Amino acid sequence: MPTGADRGGGPIDRVRADLDQLRRQRQRQTLIFGAVFLVALALSIDFTRFLPDRLAAGLPRIGSYLYDTLPTLDPAVLFADSKAEGSLAYWYFNLPKYLQLLFETVNMALLGTLLGFGGGFLLCFPASRNVAPGRWIAVAARRITELQRAVPEIVYALLFVWAFGIGPLAGITAIAIHTSGALAKLFSEVVENASLRPVEGVRAAGGSWFDEMRYGILPQVLPNFLSYALLRFEINIRSSAIIGFVGAGGIGQELYYVISFNFYEEVSAILLLVVLTVMAVDHLSDRLRQGAIGKESLA
Amino acid sequence: MLTLDNLTKSFQGVRAVDGVSLSFEPGQMVGVIGASGAGKSTMLRLVNRLSDPTGGRIVCQGLEVSALRGRALMAWRARCAMIFQQFNLVGRLDVLTNVLLGRLNKHGFATSMLGRFSDAERTMALEALDHLGLAQTALQRADTLSGGQQQRVAIAKALLQEPEILLADEPIASLDPRNAQTVMEALRRINREQGITVLCNLHTLDTARAYCDRIVGMRQGRVVFDGPAAALSDRQAREIYGVAFDEAFHEAMTSTSLAPAVERAPALAPAA
Repeated sequence: MPTGADRGGGPIDRVRADLDQLRRQRQRQTLIFGAVFLVALALSIDFTRFLPDRLAAGLPRIGSYLYDTLPTLDPAVLFADSKAEGSLAYWYFNLPKYLQLLFETVNMALLGTLLGFGGGFLLCFPASRNVAPGRWIAVAARRITELQRAVPEIVYALLFVWAFGIGPLAGITAIAIHTSGALAKLFSEVVENASLRPVEGVRAAGGSWFDEMRYGILPQVLPNFLSYALLRFEINIRSSAIIGFVGAGGIGQELYYVISFNFYEEVSAILLLVVLTVMAVDHLSDRLRQGAIGKESLA
Repeated sequence: MLTLDNLTKSFQGVRAVDGVSLSFEPGQMVGVIGASGAGKSTMLRLVNRLSDPTGGRIVCQGLEVSALRGRALMAWRARCAMIFQQFNLVGRLDVLTNVLLGRLNKHGFATSMLGRFSDAERTMALEALDHLGLAQTALQRADTLSGGQQQRVAIAKALLQEPEILLADEPIASLDPRNAQTVMEALRRINREQGITVLCNLHTLDTARAYCDRIVGMRQGRVVFDGPAAALSDRQAREIYGVAFDEAFHEAMTSTSLAPAVERAPALAPAA
């Protein structure tokens, strides 16, 4: 490698020459990376047959399915009772049942998130490399959380429907386990970024490992934990609506039923409710999350 | 009495503390001086076992400190309080709770996790804060305080441990001169009034001379001076700081602080 001394010149010239070389090296790396990326993209498009003509052929079919599900509403009797065909009440004749199922769905998500928060909370400290009480404990905790999140909720749900029978218990358990794994990973990343000075302060006072976590780490990470938990709650509302497809309770079960039996108007009625609920929950949790992070930024 | 016997700590072959043997009588105020990297911090951290020695022993009143594990080790750390250059408080907790953390070793799992401190402990914490002139900050978040205030909170926390020994690792290195003086005076008062042994790492010679009964000079992990402050000659000081003989050497060169407001000798007079 040529050194500055060979080329002569002052220190600034030498740095400039090194900088030029570094820049050329980076450009080469960018080019190579870009080429590899394009090849990989082309291969994956070919492999999955994600082709424009197939998209173009399929899109109208989406439209026609959605069109079929649209209710026939008659402005003349729009607000009439459920016996009048073409009224809103006719479209939503099953509303009490939907609302009850929707309530069940939100509850599944809520309970699943709460239990998952508990699991993720307990696992994230031993799974964090910087504060784990021992190497093997850290490895064990990490493997457990990986197993928890590697299996999709719907697979857990299938398993638990078989074990506990059809109903929300299976759904809640499935969501809780997956959430525990997902949150443990996010939480431990927060913990790994926390300052260890307070931990040392607690240790030097004769505190135990639990004291170190409780007083040294927790106050630093709690706002982020809450924010992540709320984000996970938003995700779980959607999951909870889906895992009903395999019999794990909630509105998904009903949605699956009406889709299978081609009760078109009911499909749109349920989908609209689900979308509105998810949007409402997103909105609410977004507000709460801003609150949690806002508190942190005061620091 | 606290005894270090041939104490050694190596990091990947580098001996940060190299065969240090020292004894400390109860109630002494000792200043440990030396250039950066001389092993002062490592030695202090070995004493309360934040770091484990690779050789030698630490013995305190017959207790083999260097062999302690588990609960016994935690109990030793509680007896041997420590304050740090960066204070190491929990910034998001209020000052009172930070001070109460000094009581954690006296609590079981449940009361400590729930933060159930007794009224007596709270009173104790408030008295300690008041003693250091900080009672009015008790409900503020610790990170809203100035550096000097935070260090005094750390001292209050250490006092709640009811320690026999107080280790201070560069307690004034990140403070301005006025705050440095307040903190050093607080340490000396604790030493005089409560008879707590104080081992204090300092990198300025004049501070050590002004506040300490005894000075230990370290260089490259070894003790190169040990004696009363008055016995430390200019030549020995040069050796500690590794300044060549022909270079001009003034104590002020190592100084970052104001001259102490109180002279040492009168303060030593029978206050008790």
